[in-house]
Amino acid sequence: MAEQYSWPARGKTSIIGKSHSRLDGPEKAAGTAKYTYDINFDKQLIVRALGCPHGHARIKSIDTAAAAKVPGVDYIHAFKKAGDEIEWSGELIVAVAAISGGAAAEGVSKIKVQYEVLDSFTAEDDLEAAIKAGRTKRGGGKSLTAREPGDDDDEDEFVDAEIERLLKAAKFTVDAYFGIDSITHCCLEPHGTTVKWEGDRLVAYLSTQNVSGTDDQFARGLNITADDVDVHCQYIGGGFGSKFAVDYWGLAAAEISKATGRPVKFLLSRDQEFKLGGNRPSGYLKVRLGADENGVVQVWDSHHWGTSGYTGGGVSHSVVPYVLTPPNYRRKATSIKCNTARARAWRAPNHPQACAITQTAFDELAKVMGADSYDVFKANLPSASNGKADLYAAEMEIGAKLIDWKANWHLHGKGPKKGSVVEGLGMALHTWGGTANTSSAIVRVYPDGSVEAFCGTQDLGTGTRTVCAMVLAETFGLPVEDIKINIGSSKMPFSGASGGSTTVGAVSESHRRAGQDALAEIFKLAGKKLDADADDLEAIGGRIRVKGKPKRSISWKQACGGLGLKPLEVTSSYKRGDESPLSSSGVGGVQMAHVAVDTETGIVKMKKFVAVQDMGLIINRKLAESQINGAVIMGIAYSLFEQRLIDPKTGAFLNAEMRDYKLPRLGDVGDIVVSLYEPESERKRGVIGLGEPPVISPGAAISNAICNATGVRVRVLPATPKRVLDALKKARA
Amino acid sequence: MKAFEYAQPTTQAEALALLSPEPGKCELLAGGSDLVGLLEKMVLTPDRVVNIAEIDSMQQIEADEIGGGVAIGAAVHLDDALDSPLLAMYPAMMQVISGLGSMQAQAQSTVGGDLFRRPSCWYFRSGNGLLAGGGQMVALGDNRFHAILGNDGPAKFVSASRLAPALIALGATARVIGPTIDDEEFLPLEELYRTPSREGQRETALLPNQVVSHVILPPGEGTSGIYEAKHGAGPGDPMAAAAAALRIEGGVVREAKIVLGQVAPTPWVSREAARAIVGQRVTPETAAAAGRAAVAKAAPVRYRPSEGQHPPSGTVH
Repeated sequence: MAEQYSWPARGKTSIIGKSHSRLDGPEKAAGTAKYTYDINFDKQLIVRALGCPHGHARIKSIDTAAAAKVPGVDYIHAFKKAGDEIEWSGELIVAVAAISGGAAAEGVSKIKVQYEVLDSFTAEDDLEAAIKAGRTKRGGGKSLTAREPGDDDDEDEFVDAEIERLLKAAKFTVDAYFGIDSITHCCLEPHGTTVKWEGDRLVAYLSTQNVSGTDDQFARGLNITADDVDVHCQYIGGGFGSKFAVDYWGLAAAEISKATGRPVKFLLSRDQEFKLGGNRPSGYLKVRLGADENGVVQVWDSHHWGTSGYTGGGVSHSVVPYVLTPPNYRRKATSIKCNTARARAWRAPNHPQACAITQTAFDELAKVMGADSYDVFKANLPSASNGKADLYAAEMEIGAKLIDWKANWHLHGKGPKKGSVVEGLGMALHTWGGTANTSSAIVRVYPDGSVEAFCGTQDLGTGTRTVCAMVLAETFGLPVEDIKINIGSSKMPFSGASGGSTTVGAVSESHRRAGQDALAEIFKLAGKKLDADADDLEAIGGRIRVKGKPKRSISWKQACGGLGLKPLEVTSSYKRGDESPLSSSGVGGVQMAHVAVDTETGIVKMKKFVAVQDMGLIINRKLAESQINGAVIMGIAYSLFEQRLIDPKTGAFLNAEMRDYKLPRLGDVGDIVVSLYEPESERKRGVIGLGEPPVISPGAAISNAICNATGVRVRVLPATPKRVLDALKKARA
Repeated sequence: MKAFEYAQPTTQAEALALLSPEPGKCELLAGGSDLVGLLEKMVLTPDRVVNIAEIDSMQQIEADEIGGGVAIGAAVHLDDALDSPLLAMYPAMMQVISGLGSMQAQAQSTVGGDLFRRPSCWYFRSGNGLLAGGGQMVALGDNRFHAILGNDGPAKFVSASRLAPALIALGATARVIGPTIDDEEFLPLEELYRTPSREGQRETALLPNQVVSHVILPPGEGTSGIYEAKHGAGPGDPMAAAAAALRIEGGVVREAKIVLGQVAPTPWVSREAARAIVGQRVTPETAAAAGRAAVAKAAPVRYRPSEGQHPPSGTVH
């Protein structure tokens, strides 16, 4: 065991904190990387499934006789039966397994299902209609006042009176409405699996963010034991929080395979991926806030609503208002049950919506005051709920320089108009935990000096493999390319699901620990050869050398030769939540948007977007920047393009195709500028996850920039051309 | 996708012989950028798919000896059209292709295929028929991106062709062949399109066993251009499009053809817009006046969904 786990100090690293391209980049670029969708077995059956076209219906009958007669159809698997109530459009009814996708699809087209169509409710933004339809339930809330009620006061009445008093006493008030629609995860690789049985053992290639946790899910669903399940995922085409589960179609694949004795491939079709693969809850908020003469918000009073689907839900009240939390507040959430698919975790659950519907209110305050939004945000930093006021202030300064805030700023709606185009600036800030997940790794050092590691983690595409290799390479003083990384199998040491920005922390912990533990052993061997104390050795540049005496050294290979005939194998672990010098949690982050709005067409163009982000210690600068670039693009997508459109009459998901579900292209994202903020005060905290934070602020930042440009608030995101035009028209009226 | 028979004729005569007079039995394949998705979703379920992309005589761009213009084979790929010096005289057409927002679409799609792109209406594409319940699903549903002109019948979809407005403005003619190889007619392109009035009819006037083999453009004289209002730089449909071809003499418009796209079940020739600009100099003001004239009679289907503008009235608690 190593004496103490630690990272090398700044300036003392050869690999950590530098840029390194993804190790699997060439395979992906060349198309040789095998995704779950690319896995095929001999004699496999392909499954296609029939979904319910109605938002709300009861099944009267299911007739699969004609489907069974289609040539090539081998097996029919019913998910639902007559009498079942279906609560959202797209829910799978029957699956058909056939020797080809075409035969399976033809089988699906021959299935006759009779429905009793029931009233569906999908107007998730319409609180009054939801109340009328009996679709609401309390979604939680909290109030806090600086003054405490007296012993004789009724608490609710006191809060009521206090809020009204504070609002009345406020120098500036805002009374406004903000919203953000439901969107889908839109994974390029749909959810699904290809499975085969080897005797009583199940081998499953699963598109998953949760390699180590899905063997158990298969086992429970199939009534076998987890040791008889082997889950594989080498590459995944998008997850974003929607791929932690085996899902009922995954279990169906295994059941069909068992029943037919053939391998089975069951991946959702494109429209099913939109309908079933996951969506992000909507949030709509009405707020009154009051601020003092300096723009410091003293009182916040809000009610928001939204949906996570047919079970109700919506955005958690606990993140409202977002980060900036005035001394007096009252927040209330109402959950709406809609006939839509159940939401799944979407990158930084709750945060992007909470940011978009509350930090817009702070910008609105700046508008009311006739003040610079930057100053209003700055004035409110002391109320940051995570205590990171100084960090935000520093990041705001960096951001302002990069976007040239001073030169580009004008009061809301007061900028110059070039033709029909106006420009504006907006900002927002965010927070996230990003604690390291539980992770174990085996590191094996062979007598010939080669090194490989095994870890049951997964690479979401953001570079987990590369991070593992870099950490070991740094530890052993070897080139990154000399480390062989093995991940993506549930038979490897457990590593937690990739969700909540926990993976880089997790694998950095396990690999650094295993690396340092292994190195301690290698030092013992080298120490004998160098006639030095193991504690006095260091591994740098492919050599083990005595500290301070670089000439007293042997090569890594020579040192490993001391292992004799058997490799050195070390397993080391980190448990989530354990205090560690290698990782911690809690980041900030500030983002700023510069947009141009065409007031004639309502089209918003991104000119520039600046993302300033801290993340503790940076492992790979290039990957960190890429992660933020991706997050910003995703943020631009939900701010200006993405929208799940549900037919008000039938509850059908209308734009569940790539052609209709609008996403930005590179030509739409403008100039993205990423600034990694890593002062020593942050670096010394160790690794903190980065996946979620940079996707949080774009909604508010872009909404604020549009409002700054036009002087008019587009109340609900995405700010589509129609909404921009509607808002401008309403303002003129 | 339903299993179908695949045919790959090499001559126009062979192609016609492979087609059926019965609607829906055969579908023509060129680049496949539209058809394949429709087959995949089983919106179309033909018994036979006839690939006309390999017919040599439909792959050429040639000077039209008789009319002095250019004859473009229907199977010509859009990127080849973009590179053709013969077509440089037709800026409106070139602008459409270069503005498609997808190199893949430029490389894969054909001129003829674009003219026959099926409507994007989501009710149609989810299998409810082109008119989707006699227009009722659109009228009562989410009808954004649907027709604002020519929508008083059951057809509420918008014509999907990107090239048609430009080609009609440029005065294009379609060479239509079939049902037999001896049947040949030359149809002004705007007459190719019609608004269906009952389910089962398509959005063109062709018989199921007729084919457009060529598009013929008159000599490229005058000024032309297009404007597409696009939400995003991608290959998605524009929200609205307009093409204009003008003959300007002495700075004054003498003749004008203005065609709107994505606004009606057919490409929409706006005589009102043309009238507004003829006799005028083209300035931002006169152009805007023509634009206003073009949509003066627009009657959007009333938009039903809430569009998320629902602050409840009164106080929040």
